[in-house]
Amino acid sequence: MARLSSPQELGKYRDEILSKRNPDQPLITVCGGTGCHASGCHAVVDAFRKVLQEKAKGNGIGLRVTGCHGFCERGPLVVIHPKMVLYQKVKPEDAPAIFQETVLNGKVLENLLYEHPATGEKIATEEKVPFYQKQRRIILGNNGNIDPTQIEDYLAVGGYRALAKALFSMKPEEIIGEVKKANLRGRGGGGFPAGLKWEQCRNAPSDIKYLVCNADEGDPGAYMDRSLLEGNPHSALEGMIIGAYAIGSHEGYIFVRHEYPLALENIGIAIQQARELGLLGRDILGSGFHFDIKISRGGGAFVAGESTALMATIEGNVGEPRAKHIHTVVSGLHDKPTNLNNVETWANVPVIINEGADWYGRIGTEGSKGTKIFSLVGKVNNTGLVEVPMGMSLREIVYDIGGGIPGGKRFKAVQTGGPSGGCIPESMIDLPVDFDRLTEVGSMMGSGGMIVMDESTCMVDVAKYFMNFLKDESCGKCTSCREGTKRMYELLADITEGRGTMDHLCLLEDLGWVTAEASLCALGGTAPNPVLSTIRYFRDEYKEHIINKQCPAKVCRQLLQYRILSDVCTSCGRCSKVCSVKAITGKQKTKKEKGEPFEIDAEKCIRCGMCFESCKFEAIEVQ
Amino acid sequence: MTHSEIEAITERYENRESAILSMLQDIQAKEKYLPQEALERLGEKLGIPMNKIYRIATFYRAFSLTPKGQHEVCVCIGTACHVRGAQRVVDQINLELGIRPGETTKDRNFTLETVNCLGVCAAGPVAAIDGQYFGKMSPAKVGGTLKKFRSDKKKKEGANGKA
Repeated sequence: MARLSSPQELGKYRDEILSKRNPDQPLITVCGGTGCHASGCHAVVDAFRKVLQEKAKGNGIGLRVTGCHGFCERGPLVVIHPKMVLYQKVKPEDAPAIFQETVLNGKVLENLLYEHPATGEKIATEEKVPFYQKQRRIILGNNGNIDPTQIEDYLAVGGYRALAKALFSMKPEEIIGEVKKANLRGRGGGGFPAGLKWEQCRNAPSDIKYLVCNADEGDPGAYMDRSLLEGNPHSALEGMIIGAYAIGSHEGYIFVRHEYPLALENIGIAIQQARELGLLGRDILGSGFHFDIKISRGGGAFVAGESTALMATIEGNVGEPRAKHIHTVVSGLHDKPTNLNNVETWANVPVIINEGADWYGRIGTEGSKGTKIFSLVGKVNNTGLVEVPMGMSLREIVYDIGGGIPGGKRFKAVQTGGPSGGCIPESMIDLPVDFDRLTEVGSMMGSGGMIVMDESTCMVDVAKYFMNFLKDESCGKCTSCREGTKRMYELLADITEGRGTMDHLCLLEDLGWVTAEASLCALGGTAPNPVLSTIRYFRDEYKEHIINKQCPAKVCRQLLQYRILSDVCTSCGRCSKVCSVKAITGKQKTKKEKGEPFEIDAEKCIRCGMCFESCKFEAIEVQ
Repeated sequence: MTHSEIEAITERYENRESAILSMLQDIQAKEKYLPQEALERLGEKLGIPMNKIYRIATFYRAFSLTPKGQHEVCVCIGTACHVRGAQRVVDQINLELGIRPGETTKDRNFTLETVNCLGVCAAGPVAAIDGQYFGKMSPAKVGGTLKKFRSDKKKKEGANGKA
């Protein structure tokens, strides 16, 4: 492949790719995102490959493994172009029928379609599925259309057009102006205006400037950056190159989390392909501008996602944050001006350049423009990745897109912002979701994790969970964070294990305040949020644990009692078999004898819940 | 690891001290842990003291200073998995194998680890064994899932028992 040395050549190459592609030609796309991977998409791809090899050699029917479509709950997902028929939960043995009926005969296989949970209606295309209907997928949309390992696919959907526009018809200041006008705010956590950051970095005096893409997505329960890097790596890359030109940087880094092997692989391929085409490296598209990117791998430390800690890690030091008396845009990596944004932020840049700040500004709310990708997970029917305009209410996201709570249970709270965020209770379900509103109610946007909780989630346990996470991940530099998180964890453990007093609550609030005030970086600064927000909105639940020694959600082990209902027990003996501590005794029924109800010895019981789970007659009660 | 293998790794990164994290990752990937001799050689090659290498090796979760078992059982305890009962899955594995997170069975067959998020939240609770994902886990599924990775002797016993 020859290097492209002008925007005209890029245009010509794009036309060439498009001329070889017939949009009316059947194409089978299989989602290859990690979610579908876990549900077995590999075998589905192999099955389609086999069918195509046997029956469709040389007739131009394509097979494409794409990035994540978002609807992970229903994976493996298959979409048949050009009619865009969506099949869900596809198994390898479905491949021959899909090929024969849908690809060749144009018929839709009803049994593989998504069924509307309320009406039972079968839905044939992605756009009509309720999960997708309210979304606005300007960043995530192309994931389902392109093979992330083929730069041609990205070019075919208009990729690198924004880069050509930026390099040849805009001055760096104009680009920064456009990003400022679009009011693009950092999607990684704090929501700092990206344009302002770029401008400060551009104005910082230095011969060398660095640009960093933060793909160290550490928030548990959030995986949008992973999906973008895996499914559409060029979109972030293009954003970075545009940013580098605007700032005047020639060297960049992508810092990828160690737990994301596929993302690492795909971004590596993308960088290589972009270099070969002359879109990265020296003299990009013949403009004279040069910029290249190195990949840096994380080591599995949550705190390394903090900007100064991340830069320390790239330098080969341990990932400890430092005080930001001087901002990283002035003195960051190797003490040079450094501009850092996360994957999703970079992926927004080409959209802003292509469509313009005015267009972009029409999406979203006053203070938060554009869309935001959330990972909607936990106790919700349609788990997956959703991209919605800023300002959509929690209710719309959880119920209209997420399809509500499984098993008819009651909604309790949404946790946003990862370990730095907080829990938003049912009474605030109509809250419009944007940066400022989430902060107002004691939570934060974070990178976009949205964990839905129902009545069977214990809020004290959730607070304890986050504190356990934070005490492990605190780097230990500041005493307030190192000790504060540990002591808060111990207090919460006391409460969940039946040793809590009302003084524990006061102590928690005091400690939370000190930890937040006295710690250097955002990890410590926001560490008390999960505790304080749950105390604020779920105080009664804490009291129930403390005063009545009960866990209303039946989660906290030490406060539970398992009991067999003798009138329901059929004496099948199943519970006694699965009990690892032999705490369940009784007389098992045989063909001849009736048997006697089983009983649990509360002294021996370790409350693992195996008996409860194994009982088919709902004869075991939890108190 | 031999001298030449360490050298190949350091040269991959042009002997840059700043690339030490990547070098350690390459050693970890090959040996499944960081052997002391390998770290000593790395220190000599780069001209940096052992305490600096240890500081990095013990700071990041990705590294282990002790050998790991043949099969690595990694349970995701991210928030989404947690609210769906991941801790109970960990507890059950603990009961079955007698090891806590970070520990290895005596026969060196299993190492149990927990991870803060694998990014496969939709299938939670998730466990990954040697990189293979097992979605929608529950305590009841633990025994059957582990059986596939038991050492041959135990597997045979299991099969006989079933027959």
